[in-house]
Amino acid sequence: MNERLEVKKTYKLFIGGAFPRSESGRTYEAKGPDGAFIANSSLASRKDLRDAVVAARNAQIRWAGATAYNRGQILYRIAEMLEGRRAQFATEIAALDGISLQEAELEVHTAIDRWVWYAGWSDKLAAINGSTNPVAGPFYNFTIPEPMGVIGAIAPENQSLLGLVDAIAPIIVSGNTTVVLASTRAPLPAMTFAEVLATSDLPAGVCNILTGQKSELAPWFASHMDIDGLDISGVDESSRSDIKIAGVENLKRIHVFDGATTPQRIFAFMEAKTVWHPIGV
Amino acid sequence: MNYYGLVDGSDASLRNFLRTLSGVDQIGAESRAAMLATRSIKTTAKNWAIDLAISMVDLTTLEGADTPGKIRALAAKAVRPDPTDSTVPSVGAVCVYNDMVSIARQHLDLIGGAHVRVAAVSTAFPSGRASMAVKIQDTQDAIDAGAAEIDMVIDRGAFLSGRYLEVFNEIVQIRALCGKKTHLKVILETGELVTYDNVRKASFLAMLAGADFIKTSTGKVSPAATPPVVLVMLEAVRDFYEMTDRRIGVKPAGGIRNTKDAIKQLVLVNETAGPEWLNPGLFRIGASALLNDLLMQRMKMRDGYYPSPTYVTID
Repeated sequence: MNERLEVKKTYKLFIGGAFPRSESGRTYEAKGPDGAFIANSSLASRKDLRDAVVAARNAQIRWAGATAYNRGQILYRIAEMLEGRRAQFATEIAALDGISLQEAELEVHTAIDRWVWYAGWSDKLAAINGSTNPVAGPFYNFTIPEPMGVIGAIAPENQSLLGLVDAIAPIIVSGNTTVVLASTRAPLPAMTFAEVLATSDLPAGVCNILTGQKSELAPWFASHMDIDGLDISGVDESSRSDIKIAGVENLKRIHVFDGATTPQRIFAFMEAKTVWHPIGV
Repeated sequence: MNYYGLVDGSDASLRNFLRTLSGVDQIGAESRAAMLATRSIKTTAKNWAIDLAISMVDLTTLEGADTPGKIRALAAKAVRPDPTDSTVPSVGAVCVYNDMVSIARQHLDLIGGAHVRVAAVSTAFPSGRASMAVKIQDTQDAIDAGAAEIDMVIDRGAFLSGRYLEVFNEIVQIRALCGKKTHLKVILETGELVTYDNVRKASFLAMLAGADFIKTSTGKVSPAATPPVVLVMLEAVRDFYEMTDRRIGVKPAGGIRNTKDAIKQLVLVNETAGPEWLNPGLFRIGASALLNDLLMQRMKMRDGYYPSPTYVTID
């Protein structure tokens, strides 16, 4: 009997709910730790970033306008879909990182659990970080946390799936939309993750995922005037100060997270709105 | 009567003339428009094209919900499209409904925008379904209110039924009303004309009847200013220039929303009618959302990073 010819997967980008190739037509090779070829992945250009930001901006008001409960339900639904793809993620991670399937499965399980943990915060944010403020006048005075808008994220190089979840979940759970640059070395789980998003109930454009070179794209993330905040945990320490300087023009909130799993990661990309409501009028 | 020595105003002469027009090669027109759309315009050429496109915009608002305040805001934007950058040129004109003409004119004069013209849509825009008396009164009102340009619609029903003379005479009457001072743009509404042959016929009919400009669409019908349609119209004005030595302008309107689309139109103009048409006196772009995208592209070229729509006005 003839040996079966394998159907190789084309890893593309995820922009506005669709899977386009890079506008530039470029690709690069994702390799294992021994240098063996695993798959071709798209090499995104600054114009792909530009298109992704437009998609994220268009999706933002509706996503922020959904009820917290509804956003939570959609994120739980994503967890359900992730659960069904565990084997695929584990295989990709094991090949890219050169680890055993068991170790890879452990990362996948941690990532799914982490996603569910963040999803649970959606309807509790205002309770934790909102307040009613005593004021010297006939007013009720509330402070409510609100999403900032479009947040960029540069995901870490290692733990390609867990790092991606840590980047995306805390941004979108509050009603932000995002453009994420996945791990350059290990881009494959990010695109499989995008397939999960595309088949869940997440509205198109809420989460856009690019794969490419950080040194090429991070400065464009930083200077883009329509990105309101940026998570640069995945940028080399030596380049971080340049990124922060490039982000000054529109007072972008730029954060580096130390890996701790805390709701502060969500609040980092929210801002406070204070409402003065007159009494007795 | 004699119109450019080509027709004498009778039904027979008009029909004869329109019959002599060559047909349009549909596949050829579409592939040529698609080919020209692939031209790459970058760096200094792009800077030049963006500023030219801004100066060609007929900044338009044709909504039932238009208010005097909105018209004044539009006028201000027409004079200084980017309030933070005085090197941005003013747009070609503002295009409004009849009753808003005087408000636009007054406000433009007040804020130092005397060089920005006011165009009024007329003759029962957008459908053209009214009696001739109403269409004449409509146009007269706009001229009295200070409109420098009249955008009239043709009676597409009459044109499609083959009653060419009726369409011709309507344009002639409106032309007479406009006199020498007021520019006449004739809207063909190509989205309703079905074929490119009809577009070519209607273009010639309008030019013979005295149009200064031929305009693709009202913006209320889709498809509007598609590149092949604009190509056919540009070929018509080029051929008309060869016959009569008179240059007629072209105004695509509707569906041109971003800089890339606008630059594609400029390439079409340059390659079809010729570089003489690359000025606001002979080419205009009817648009509203386009101006913001042109401004944002200009910012990108100037600053070197991507701008945000929050830095340009919504309307």
